[in-house]
Amino acid sequence: MTTSAARADVRTLQTDVLVIGGGPAGCWAAWRAAQSGARVVLADKGYVGTSGATAPSGTGVWYVPPEAEAREAALASREVLGGHLADRGWGERVLDQTYANLEQVAQWGYPFPVDEAGRQRRTSLQGPEYMKLMRKVVKQAGVKILDQSPALQLLLGDEGAVVGAEGVSRQGDAAWQVRAGAVVLATGGCAFLSNALGCNVLTGDGYLLAAESGAELSGMEFSNAYGLSPAFSSVTKSAFYRWATFRYEDGSVIDGAGSKHGRSIIARHLEAGTQVYALLDLANDDDRRYARSAQPNFFLSFDRVGIDPFTQQFPVTLRLEGTVRGTGGLRLVDAGCATTVRGLYAAGDAATRELICGGFTGGGSHNAAWATSSGYWAGEAAARFALGEGAGAHARSAIAAGGATQSGGRVLDARELTRAVQHEVQPYSKNLFRSGAGLTHSLTQLDGYWRTLRQSAPALDPATRQHEREAAAMLATARWMYRSALARTETRGMHKRLDHAAQDPAQQHYIHSGGLDQVWTRSHRAPWHQAAQPAEVAA
Amino acid sequence: MIELVSAERCINCDLCVQVCPTNVFDAVPGDNPVIARQHDCQTCFMCEAYCPVDALYVAPFAERTVNVSEHELERDALLGSYRRAIGWSPGARAAPDQSFRLLRGG
Repeated sequence: MTTSAARADVRTLQTDVLVIGGGPAGCWAAWRAAQSGARVVLADKGYVGTSGATAPSGTGVWYVPPEAEAREAALASREVLGGHLADRGWGERVLDQTYANLEQVAQWGYPFPVDEAGRQRRTSLQGPEYMKLMRKVVKQAGVKILDQSPALQLLLGDEGAVVGAEGVSRQGDAAWQVRAGAVVLATGGCAFLSNALGCNVLTGDGYLLAAESGAELSGMEFSNAYGLSPAFSSVTKSAFYRWATFRYEDGSVIDGAGSKHGRSIIARHLEAGTQVYALLDLANDDDRRYARSAQPNFFLSFDRVGIDPFTQQFPVTLRLEGTVRGTGGLRLVDAGCATTVRGLYAAGDAATRELICGGFTGGGSHNAAWATSSGYWAGEAAARFALGEGAGAHARSAIAAGGATQSGGRVLDARELTRAVQHEVQPYSKNLFRSGAGLTHSLTQLDGYWRTLRQSAPALDPATRQHEREAAAMLATARWMYRSALARTETRGMHKRLDHAAQDPAQQHYIHSGGLDQVWTRSHRAPWHQAAQPAEVAA
Repeated sequence: MIELVSAERCINCDLCVQVCPTNVFDAVPGDNPVIARQHDCQTCFMCEAYCPVDALYVAPFAERTVNVSEHELERDALLGSYRRAIGWSPGARAAPDQSFRLLRGG
């Protein structure tokens, strides 16, 4: 298999570090790599500054000053929720790096709010402002940005190391190839085009790119996060539902339904065809006053349909956020966020967040801290590799890693494939409430779709090709998810098995996965998986 | 989903074409950009935030299209309302982020 570099209409660039994905993790990686002396190209399939789950949102940040008591509380608070899978060492590293990075953000001029004592409060970031700033900073660092430029496959050198990537430009229809000494994947998680806020660009692209090069994943069973939103709207900002009571259409309260504990009850009602309504009547006057400035876009949808969510109940739904708010992703093997493939690094939601969250994350705070920290480390390590061992990688011969995925002659209907995958992963009855029989049935379907995909030929039109790759990535992601879920015969973190409802102390381990035609899983007990952890029944 | 490119307000700067993360718009030489792939819109409101003349309107409905009246949107001060809320309109200032006064999480 050859690359398309020989074609005349390919724009070819040589660089030290290529970062794929321009959300917060990708921007931090690009900035840090440039700071470390590397030439850097940053490619995003959308636009660096608006792309990803952070840009259109407000997000909390897991920002804890280096005071022993506060740090201890922060680390301890997630251990039970996460099923005792996180590592304190990684948690402490992330808290330290996030603290330092947000100081940097303040120096760059981000307008953090100031409290009565005159102190900046750095526990939240407004997405549009933060990502606009990150674009500016990255550009000033000399990073070359390729917007509207989806990557389609990685390039592998002779010894199996990643030496670049190739893709297309959606505006102008030219192909591009970047030869690099190292590649950082910061492509986000996978939310299966469920219209969760900012998440439709997050289709697991980086997982597929990496797996085609032989990389491994971890924690893909922790992939069934669902976000609350008004039924009509994309705005999956769940924080304010802590003030909600959940009701039937006639206004009577649904017993046991809640935002944090009791989402299952909401899901059960929705699954049965009973519309659930929310009313934010538990908010006090101060809450109501401050909420608007904390998350302007939470109110945007309501303002535009003329609903006051504090006094009028509105219909809600649960949108699949998959591994965006789940914790599974590419497996990391060292402190520099290297994957199992030489020259390939992963950051942000593209990487597993089990290291700091275990099997559960209920909020964006940890993901925001992870994005800035892992991006920083991956950028630094990728630069070091590119300027050392990986130097001159662009001069070596390379083959494209993704050719096998569509190596037949048939026409693929990407929209139909996407719908078929969604049909297996979106229903609460299949993904939120899992069972061995249900997972096995879904996998039979999904494996069949994979065989069909393999027999197809890539489209020539760049836009269609991109949709094909997204559909392929979602399909591959679904298969790693459900194989991992089948392998974890217990309930732990967000992973709920109806046929194994209790936590099993013998399964305090990670589940690695990988493979394309043959998907495999393997349990892995990390050194920190020794802590006492009682058998628990998940809420 | 995106429902309106106002012919009265649009200055053909094509910023929306550049910044849309799902590539919904197409630039048209010498004319206003068009909504070419409405069903790829993810209802993230970012185009509205970046539009310098408040010529765009994203309806809050993620899964269905609706008819909008520019006259009514203008009357109800909805054109540019998101840009004003985040303090990106000329002269507008975002209210300071009060998240820290609320409970943590989310």
